[in-house]
Amino acid sequence: MAATVLFWVLAVAAVGFGFAVFRLGSMAQVTFALLASFLAVAGLVLLLGLGYLGVVIALMMVIEMVIMAVFMIMYMMNPAGLMPMAMYHNKAGSMTIAVGTFAVLAAGILLVHWPVRRGVPPPDPTFALGEALMSGQMLTMMTLGVALFATIVTCVVLATNRGRYDRFGDDLRSGPAGGDGR
Amino acid sequence: MTLQLFLLAAAGLFAIGLYGALSQQSIVMLMMGLELMLNGVILATAAFWYFLTPGGSDGQVLIVVIITAMAVEMAAGFAVVTAIYRSRQVDMTDGASDLRG
Repeated sequence: MAATVLFWVLAVAAVGFGFAVFRLGSMAQVTFALLASFLAVAGLVLLLGLGYLGVVIALMMVIEMVIMAVFMIMYMMNPAGLMPMAMYHNKAGSMTIAVGTFAVLAAGILLVHWPVRRGVPPPDPTFALGEALMSGQMLTMMTLGVALFATIVTCVVLATNRGRYDRFGDDLRSGPAGGDGR
Repeated sequence: MTLQLFLLAAAGLFAIGLYGALSQQSIVMLMMGLELMLNGVILATAAFWYFLTPGGSDGQVLIVVIITAMAVEMAAGFAVVTAIYRSRQVDMTDGASDLRG
């Protein structure tokens, strides 16, 4: 009974805050609405008995949204909501596509005859996950590690400031400002 | 608490994220839409694990993969925004239509 109530509260919060992300005017509010939606989903994952993954999602999203808030203020058209403006394009078309997608997914969810449950959750799902990652799913874990390392390199390369060699190539005489490549 | 209810909530999050990704002009808001979509996928995966195959841990591993994808998307997305803003002051999707087919 308590689990059912908790499910409804968290599910409504997740979807409601998710919708608020594209409705609120202030970018600070938008970031924290997204954070609230993520925390509600983390709560739902905890409700399903996945203690470790729920906590990981919660911790990761708190950090991610705090970083996001900085980027929001850097790049947003309307950081503090002081100048209300429309930031949409093709609003009606997007809404039609989104509602259509939800209708198709909901029809599938309600009409598909789902298979019956096989097995029971392990007594310690965290232990089972760790064991899987360190044995059968070791290749998955290694691939993720390499992907994350590649991301670090990519981000540094993309975010670093371009020097004059990037702009003008190795022949510095071809550039503007007297040909010394400045 | 049934599989269908969890999946409906996940589908709602996915649809809202899709709406945001399609309708927002700001690249940062577009990425928030993508994050919301992945958020729904996480919820659906956790529900599939719990209600269909709780015996194995493949569902949990899949959630780890999705969380990693989320982190990679966020980091790479902000790096791309930084790069494109630095080179030509573009912070809206309409200004970056070079790959339009």
